[in-house]
Amino acid sequence: MSFDRNAQIRQGMRDSLTVVIGAAPFGLLFGALAVDNGMSVSEAVLMSATMYAGASQMVGLDLFGTHAAPWLIVFSIFAVNFRHILYSATIGPKIAGFSVAQKTIAFFFLVDPQFAEAERRSEQGKSISFAWYMGMALPFYFSWICETALGALFGNLISDPHALGMDFLLPIYFLALVMGFRRRRNWFPVVIASGLASIAAYYIIGSPWHVSVGALFGIAFAAILAGQGQLPPQEATEQGVENV
Amino acid sequence: MFDSGSSVVWIILAGALATYATRVGGHLVLSRFQHIPRRVMAALDAVPAAVLASLVAPAIVSQGWAEALTLAIAAVAALRFNMAGVLLVGAASIITLRALLG
Repeated sequence: MSFDRNAQIRQGMRDSLTVVIGAAPFGLLFGALAVDNGMSVSEAVLMSATMYAGASQMVGLDLFGTHAAPWLIVFSIFAVNFRHILYSATIGPKIAGFSVAQKTIAFFFLVDPQFAEAERRSEQGKSISFAWYMGMALPFYFSWICETALGALFGNLISDPHALGMDFLLPIYFLALVMGFRRRRNWFPVVIASGLASIAAYYIIGSPWHVSVGALFGIAFAAILAGQGQLPPQEATEQGVENV
Repeated sequence: MFDSGSSVVWIILAGALATYATRVGGHLVLSRFQHIPRRVMAALDAVPAAVLASLVAPAIVSQGWAEALTLAIAAVAALRFNMAGVLLVGAASIITLRALLG
């Protein structure tokens, strides 16, 4: 039993290797941009250790700089993490064998690559054990925290972030994320509706309201375009996993 | 280690709770439904793209030519490259264009 468990942990760690390497630049980038946006090294590390969600951590950084109301920052983080609701609903039945305590822990680590690897394993007909799940999750989690700290310490040494374009890396990052969703249904009309509404709100009401107003327009437009009818949850989730 | 009066720490902790809520919420709430209305599903599906597009859109028109051109170049680069590639192209573009256009 314990031999089997060790083998499962080792397999999970092997499966985590590619995503650990792939995510390293983003952990470093997050740390560097965090101090560039006025956070301390320990605040950046706290964010990585407790939120543990790359894209929404970047959104949080961006809004800290605009002096947005705290509830609006938290709400935007929630909105960007919304996709996890679908992951969570999909993965739930596959980890039905976990104890309640194990599930409580496992859901904390349900980041995009964790979901993708668990789905892949499940599709190969292999069961998802807690040992495999944590073998996959922990190396990714701890490397993310270490990269944040390294990036933040390194970011403190950069004297002219403007000349290096560092203040503009967040918009580029967000744009790349938007482009990554382009195969979703009605992506183009949603992005155009959100973008135009956001720009209008930016000039009429002012920052940071453009975020909520733009998002609401895009979401409402998506609902209008969808038409009526019902979908089973399973099918709804199979619209693809993005590497966010 | 932390300034306990700092709102940044509290916002981070609230953000962490909100994030955990999304990760556990689908299992606790969404999986209880047999069927989800198509409009609700489409709205949920659109949330991330709508939020992120709203975040980036003002940067296209509010900053300058170097920034607007960089976003156009990055959008095209995103058709070909992964995230790391897009960031490299974007960084090269903003550094060059800011140096050229002032």
